[in-house]
Amino acid sequence: MQVPASFEFERAESVPHALELLERYGPEARLVAGGHSLIPMMKLRLAQPDALIDINGLAELSQLGVEGDTLVIGALVRHAALLADDAVGAYFPIFHEAERVIADPVVRNRGTVGGSLCQADPSEDLSAAFAAVRADAVIVGPGGSRTVPIREFHVGPYETVVEPGEILTELRVRIKPGAGSAYEKVERRVGDWPVAAVGAYLRTNEGMIVEAGLGLTAVGAEHFAAPDAEAYLIGKAAGEDVLREAARIAAASCAPQADQRGPVDYKRHLAGELTYRALSRAAERSRA
Amino acid sequence: MSTPMGFGRMHRKEDARFIRGRGGYVDDVNLPGMLYGAILRSPHAHARIVSIDTSAALAHPKVKAVITGETLAGLNLAWMPTLSADTQAVLATDKVRFQGQEVAFVVAEDRYSARDALELIDVEYDALDAVIDARKSLDPDAPIIRDDHEGRADNKIFDWEAGDKATTDAVFAQAEVTVTQDMLYPRVHPAPLETCGAVADFDKVTGKLTVWCPTQAPHAHRTLYALVAGLPEHKIRVISPDIGGGFGNKVGIYPGYVCAIVGSIVTGKPVKWMEDRSENLMSTSFARDYHMRGEVAATRDGKIQAIRVKVLADHGAFNGTAQPTKFPAGFFHVFTGSYDLRAAHCEVTGVYTNKAPGGVAYACSFRITEAVYLVERMIDVLAMELGADPAELRMKNLLRSEQFPYTSPTGWEYDSGDYQKTLQLAMDMAGYDALRREQAEKRDRGELMGIGIAFFTEAVGAGPRKHMDILGLGMADGAELRVHPTGKAVLRVSCQSQGQGHETTFAQIVASELGISPDDVDVVHGDTDQTPFGLGTYGSRSTPVSGAAAAMVSRKVRERARQVAAAMLEASPEDLEWAVNESGGAWTVAGTGAGKTIQEIALAAHSSLELPEGIEGHLDATCVYNPPNLTYPFGAYICVVDVDPGTGQVKVRRFIAVDDCGVRINPMIVEGQVHGGLADGVGMALMQLMAFDEDGNHLGASFMDYLLPTAMECPSWELGETVTPSPHHPIGAKGVGESATVGSPPAVVNAVLDALRPFGVRHADMPLTPAGVWRAMQGNPIRTDLAIS
Ligand SMILES: Cc1cc2nc3c(=O)[nH]c(=O)nc-3n(C[C@H](O)[C@H](O)[C@H](O)COP(=O)(O)OP(=O)(O)OC[C@H]3O[C@@H](n4cnc5c(N)ncnc54)[C@H](O)[C@@H]3O)c2cc1C
Repeated sequence: MQVPASFEFERAESVPHALELLERYGPEARLVAGGHSLIPMMKLRLAQPDALIDINGLAELSQLGVEGDTLVIGALVRHAALLADDAVGAYFPIFHEAERVIADPVVRNRGTVGGSLCQADPSEDLSAAFAAVRADAVIVGPGGSRTVPIREFHVGPYETVVEPGEILTELRVRIKPGAGSAYEKVERRVGDWPVAAVGAYLRTNEGMIVEAGLGLTAVGAEHFAAPDAEAYLIGKAAGEDVLREAARIAAASCAPQADQRGPVDYKRHLAGELTYRALSRAAERSRA
Repeated sequence: MSTPMGFGRMHRKEDARFIRGRGGYVDDVNLPGMLYGAILRSPHAHARIVSIDTSAALAHPKVKAVITGETLAGLNLAWMPTLSADTQAVLATDKVRFQGQEVAFVVAEDRYSARDALELIDVEYDALDAVIDARKSLDPDAPIIRDDHEGRADNKIFDWEAGDKATTDAVFAQAEVTVTQDMLYPRVHPAPLETCGAVADFDKVTGKLTVWCPTQAPHAHRTLYALVAGLPEHKIRVISPDIGGGFGNKVGIYPGYVCAIVGSIVTGKPVKWMEDRSENLMSTSFARDYHMRGEVAATRDGKIQAIRVKVLADHGAFNGTAQPTKFPAGFFHVFTGSYDLRAAHCEVTGVYTNKAPGGVAYACSFRITEAVYLVERMIDVLAMELGADPAELRMKNLLRSEQFPYTSPTGWEYDSGDYQKTLQLAMDMAGYDALRREQAEKRDRGELMGIGIAFFTEAVGAGPRKHMDILGLGMADGAELRVHPTGKAVLRVSCQSQGQGHETTFAQIVASELGISPDDVDVVHGDTDQTPFGLGTYGSRSTPVSGAAAAMVSRKVRERARQVAAAMLEASPEDLEWAVNESGGAWTVAGTGAGKTIQEIALAAHSSLELPEGIEGHLDATCVYNPPNLTYPFGAYICVVDVDPGTGQVKVRRFIAVDDCGVRINPMIVEGQVHGGLADGVGMALMQLMAFDEDGNHLGASFMDYLLPTAMECPSWELGETVTPSPHHPIGAKGVGESATVGSPPAVVNAVLDALRPFGVRHADMPLTPAGVWRAMQGNPIRTDLAIS
């Protein structure tokens, strides 16, 4: 059995209380949400926080629903809840398709959307999905709340703009007509992290692409996005050749690294293949 | 499900406790005053130890002892013998030789403090170049790993050969067609869900040492402890409680066990040590790691004539493989498989590398996995060369039933078989011709579908004591059977279940021999103070050896019962007949209705009934079973896969497995064993791998990296059976515990490569991950034992 080093444990009663505890314990304290990234790291002693501040009881971070033209996803929404929500599936199939291939049911029952994004693993699936739909992240801190576009949220591997005393509270995604989205992932085995994965979001108007979002993960795409490929798509008809060319551009723009999941050439190939597949299905859905 | 009087389907007796969470494992053992151990391991693959400073750890308020190689050297325990007559460091004194090697052992009041104290030990290392690529281990400039061996100038462990080289070479020289293929059976790990561990309790007053440990071979452990530590053998008790999976990972003695024992002797308290998942994956017995070159000689019309094999065997830093003494490459030389051929020869070279020791594990039947993989891949390579159908090619070359018993070119005597029937049944179940038609249509559309066949023959149940021993201990097994006055029985056996269901099947064996209900038979195993000597459970040997002992000892009891029954019936023993009907077994006087049931006889045997001269009373008996030969289970497997040409992902769509393991005692348990082995095979073929980077870092040391298959990767297994009894086994049974693990990997790999035919790919090494498949399609296969670059 792997055992962590010793740490203090506090249960937060509210968001202000959580902020106060963060302040009290300082930068060596960590919030714990689902714990499915943090606890394994603590057991392996790759992380040795002085204190854990448990935010699992904070109902105000668990809201999931549509407010006007915006889908609001609380930071504490579990993977399983996002997967089970009909409105999410209707407006953004990309989230359901991503969630279906994130980890396994046990992990999905505990792991959270906020924890996933804050962990900022370079292979994280939801980072790609949120990048594709250009979500906004809402962060609160001692000085109040601020909103950060998701493509500015990740600073680098395992690093985000969330400061030590801050909490990610929710993600907001605009719901627009004529949109379609899809998610494609290759994993070595069910429950594995992606070898590569791509989320695509397209809005078409009379056959022409008016908005394009591509999120790529595990392939070294900056901010999990492929802006050149997105720009190329705008104003074009979503035919096979156009989508193939966008996929080529996206693949060329990533910087995958070799590891036991695969060599660079394969990952780059996958980035292209999966971009094409995700775009094709997103395009089909945008027309439906 | 009702309980049969003997053989047949019945629920497993042990499941009543397992499904209630009432199993008892080593980690469930908690003794008063028990302390906890933790091991400090080497971060380097190869380094000289300059110094070890344990003072800060010793100063930890909850630490009771810190043991290093130096402490052990004082007790002459720094090194221990391996099961291959090499030595292995218990705690490193001079050098560390693989990443994860044991360096120091902390004993503390709780698990957490023991782990914390590891960080307080300061070891200074002087890093050395490591030998990681086995293919470079014999280079003249390779660093010498085992400089503890006096006069050693290289990393070679042994050269070994089998078969007839001259005849084989002559057949090759004349052959119409020859094919050659290099292939790697990569290093994999059995990864039992329960990791290894021990609780050691040395009683200073009685001088008795009790060790709880999930060992597959409790008696062998006891004798080895006696020989190594010099403790008197009757003062050692090894208890192997419920085991959460073994697969060969729990055969040997690990340094942690010895450390726990020393820890208990030093502190005077019981000491528990349980390794964690990464420790299990990094330091305990791996499996395979065979770099093979196979060659086949055949006629142009597809008659196989000879096979030639060269193997480079990576044994890691200490030669710790577990197999009978005279077989350094295990039973690898059954690689002629199920085929009728004229000549065969193999050469195996074992080498040291800077990796964990092991090699014989993971349900391999002493390297028959490697042998079957080699020959079944080679048959497909030959089929591709000849443009032949792989099923037809096999049919043409399989041994025919009239050839049994058959002596193979490398000296094995196959006991029985009817191979064509088994392959034909598998093909019928699969709808082979329809699958080939579907494949042809799909190929025209650019879709990749593959059909893979593997036919295997195993040689299990080691073994005849004149040929087979482990460190001098012959491989015969004892059994004791007590029958209580009311006719209930207790069977004591030396082998130890790790999930095979011995408590059920062995009870069924006794039940069928005595004509009582299996519910009336308890099976005692896993405690050396309670059971007769024997060599344990691995190599599918339990039913072939201990199962035979259970049948033989039951027959002895039955014979004793005949004598008692004769006295009861005032008849001559020769006039009695044994019969079993729905109400059970009885001895009856031939030609009359008079008889006595086994329960009546048992009561009388313990009563005041006057017995004839020379008849002792009671019915208890003991026996030792020395198998006359191995048993040879076999089977035909067919796997159907679909491959995504854009991503290289493999989906196993169907898997048909027809096994012939002779007589089936409990068909449900046999099927369970097959299911597990098939899943293992899918895992090995598609995802399991322990690669190393050039510094010797282990790249598969957690379940995030070392992937075990799940239900999602497994199709609904389609099982079939044929029954060809073993002629020399008392109940005609053969082993089955490893059959599916042996037979399934080549079926999956052959299927994937069959799917890749349009790309002209002849071979790619396991595991066939999406990246591996895609690279094979590009004609640039991945070398799977090294880090992907
Ligand atoms: C076996 C397994 C397989 C997995 N497979 C995948 C996969 O295929 N794809 C994938 O994308 N993920 C995968 N994951 C990760 C999974 O999705 C995790 O649950 C997720 O990464 C972290 O969410 P969590 O709620 O458990 O976070 P925690 O572990 O609780 O926290 C992670 C980090 O985020 C911080 N944090 C959490 N919440 C907040 C917040 N509201 N504000 C600020 N900081 C916060 C914590 O302090 C910590 O540093 C897998 C995990 C496991 C265990």
